[in-house]
Amino acid sequence: MDYELFKTRAEGVSAEVHRLPDKAAALSFILDFIKTNGVADSPGAFALWAPCPFLEGLDQAELARQAPGLSFEVTKERAAQTLVGINQVSWGLANTGTIAGDATAIADRLVSTLSWIHLAILPLSGILPDLPALIERVDPAAMAYLALVTGPSRTADIERVLTIGVHGPERLVIVCVDDLEEVAR
Amino acid sequence: MSQDFKQQIKTAIENPNLTGALGRFSEAYAVSRAKAYEGIDFQALRQRIAAIKGEAAGKLEELAERFTRQATAKGAKVFRTSQPEEVRAYILNLAAAKGLKRVVKSKSMASEEIHLNQALSQAGLEVKETDLGEWIIQLAGQRPSHMVMPAIHLTKEEVAEIFSKEVHERLASDIPRLVKVARRELRQKFLEADLGISGANIAVAETGTLVIMTNEGNARLVTSLPQTHVAIVGLEKLIERFEDIAPILTALPKSATSQLLTSYVTMITGPVPNTDGSPKDLHIILLDSHRTEMASDPVFKQALQCIRCASCLNVCPVFRLVGGHVFGDVYTGGIGTILTAWFDQLKRTEDIQGLCIGCGNCKEVCPACIDIPELIMELRRRLDKERPRSLGQKAAYAVVNNRRLFHGLLRAASLASKPLAKDGFIRHLPQFLGGDLAGFRSLPAIAAEPLRDLLPRLRQTPGRQKAVLYAGCLIDFAYPRVGQAVMEVLNRAGIEVVFPQGQTCCGAPARYAGAVEVAAKNARDNIEALLATPADYVVSACPTCTVALKETFGQDLAAQGWGDWLDRARELAAKTWDFSSLVKRLVAEGRLALPAALGLEPYTYHDSCHLKRSLGVQEEPRQLLIQAGYPLREMFESDMCCGMGGSYALKFPEIARPMLERKLSNIAQSGAPVVAMDCPGCLMQIQGGLDKQESPVRARHTAELLAQALRERS
Repeated sequence: MDYELFKTRAEGVSAEVHRLPDKAAALSFILDFIKTNGVADSPGAFALWAPCPFLEGLDQAELARQAPGLSFEVTKERAAQTLVGINQVSWGLANTGTIAGDATAIADRLVSTLSWIHLAILPLSGILPDLPALIERVDPAAMAYLALVTGPSRTADIERVLTIGVHGPERLVIVCVDDLEEVAR
Repeated sequence: MSQDFKQQIKTAIENPNLTGALGRFSEAYAVSRAKAYEGIDFQALRQRIAAIKGEAAGKLEELAERFTRQATAKGAKVFRTSQPEEVRAYILNLAAAKGLKRVVKSKSMASEEIHLNQALSQAGLEVKETDLGEWIIQLAGQRPSHMVMPAIHLTKEEVAEIFSKEVHERLASDIPRLVKVARRELRQKFLEADLGISGANIAVAETGTLVIMTNEGNARLVTSLPQTHVAIVGLEKLIERFEDIAPILTALPKSATSQLLTSYVTMITGPVPNTDGSPKDLHIILLDSHRTEMASDPVFKQALQCIRCASCLNVCPVFRLVGGHVFGDVYTGGIGTILTAWFDQLKRTEDIQGLCIGCGNCKEVCPACIDIPELIMELRRRLDKERPRSLGQKAAYAVVNNRRLFHGLLRAASLASKPLAKDGFIRHLPQFLGGDLAGFRSLPAIAAEPLRDLLPRLRQTPGRQKAVLYAGCLIDFAYPRVGQAVMEVLNRAGIEVVFPQGQTCCGAPARYAGAVEVAAKNARDNIEALLATPADYVVSACPTCTVALKETFGQDLAAQGWGDWLDRARELAAKTWDFSSLVKRLVAEGRLALPAALGLEPYTYHDSCHLKRSLGVQEEPRQLLIQAGYPLREMFESDMCCGMGGSYALKFPEIARPMLERKLSNIAQSGAPVVAMDCPGCLMQIQGGLDKQESPVRARHTAELLAQALRERS
């Protein structure tokens, strides 16, 4: 099955993959993750959630109250002080463990590039076999910034020693949700 | 060759950090690359890439126009120029007009090619390279030593030293800690920058899309945070269709860093929103700088297929010893030599083209099917036409084109019992006359009786068929014992061996120096001699000679315009065999019995470059030797060049020596008392090295071992 391969390949490049049955379970996982990973209402420890279909119908003020440090107003300044950045992506590529999505909205790019931990919500139905399948599906005319992410930021530029977390996140956490519809935004 | 160049080679080879890091990397790369390509049909993939890029190179003008239209329609500003100075001026004007001061850059070879950083700094802009390796190099005031791993020549201690100066604190040489320092320092630069400059790995004409790949995530920040983004894109990055991205994205990370995919792939089509919601000011500069000129050259057009993975550097036995600095330019290694000839000028490659030993490793792994060794040969041919030949070269070429004089000199060398090594021009004669300037190996004595005199005297079993033996200079005059072994083995299959006396040098020394007409004359003389004797086969125990007879004679004659020789060249090619392939066939046909002799010593096998990579023969000699009763003990890197390369060891003894030492050490570690090979050139190099080391290991031609096994059976 594509999910198993996706998980194996993503973990192979040091991403963390979790699978949740539905939106409610995913939400509770994310809130728990925020709390247990040291998010707090102080610079450097914020959590920042970019607008996404997952948030539709949720009471954001209530979520922010439950998780101190979490906010939904994505600015450059706040992103620069963010520990956990959250967004939603549309696709997964099984044979490389890649997540992919339209990141034209600046909020998507800020939370996923500047944070220490990038948490990406991925609908299970968005998992495609491979890169050619994605290329076939996307229309670049309809998205100015298509972002593919495979594992956390890495370098081997000093003595070829693999080191995680250079300019981008040092952790990539993928929350795969079974009953979320794929949303091609 | 300039003294300066020789000095740079010496400095590089004597830098243990550089050669150590590159050597370890090349060994690890061979394994990890193979793993990355597991389950993928590499040949099919690279043919597809070659087709996509080759097609694009054939219509750069059309694709550039289409890209410009599409990207402009999306809101980008596209500037196309053939002049590097216009790129610099464009960016400086833009910066001046908008008051831009702080620049963050992600890796761009094109920007390095046009020396952009220097121009920006001189104009008072602050420029920060943000790729970790590039930043290290920038801080150190050096040049990249490798296209993909710019700072591979620096140790963590040196990096700690460089960073300590920059951040004014004493840093330990702890790599994760050093990386965090870079993150902290550059993060601030990203947030403050008003201009982001990037390159692109691919530019798609039909959609106006730029594809940028990084591992560190710096390109995402460069293209997101500053309000202005300038992408500098070489014209050769253009492809026509969006769907054609997939094969390139599939191959590039695997070939470059053995990854299935880089951490980040970004596809940008038009301006994106800035952090304040305003649209990005996106400028795309399409840089020609000799690319269209290159595309119109029927030979070098192929080099535009390059996707800049640098795998040709990673598998090069010379690059791993000398690194990138000796190439003196932005683009290094095999492909870099070719690009330098065009982006800069042909004359610039006069020294560096000589570094290619012609082993063919790069051609085997190139994901875009570029025949790099052949393109470097073409550089040699063009350089040979441009520059006057030295008196020594002229004299040497006159000698090899005159068989009687040439062989007379060889016989004289034998009589004198020492090579004419000190005589100036004789050094340009084939290698084994040349004397050994570096003293890292012994040279074979010129045989008292060359094969051409010996063979006609030997008693042969009359056979049903005849084979013409093409000896080549080395077997004829230094290793007649190999020719005799060939005769013995073929006799057992009922084939009589004849030796036409008119045969002469195959022309390889001249050919590989770019002197086509000298090689073509050799081709003519040999075709005449070899076809004059009726025979079923022409057999050679030298792969370099075999390649000449089977392939390059025809090419050289055609290049020379001697079309009336081509039919005969084809006739010769069709009946020419390398020794092992012929014997394998005779065994398969049941004409030669090769029952295993008992108690034979184990052997290890050295794959000769021309045998394995030009003739595609690899398993045949191994299978024959095993069948004859020799147990095989494979050595590490059995197909890595031994450093012989014709006259290479004379030109670059400082490079040939460590290549040979590595080979000898791999032979020793195999534990086998015998090393077998199919090439008299490799035999000379390896046997000479073993002798100098007083090693008990013996080097033998496959023919000798087979003849010996057959003798022991009877």
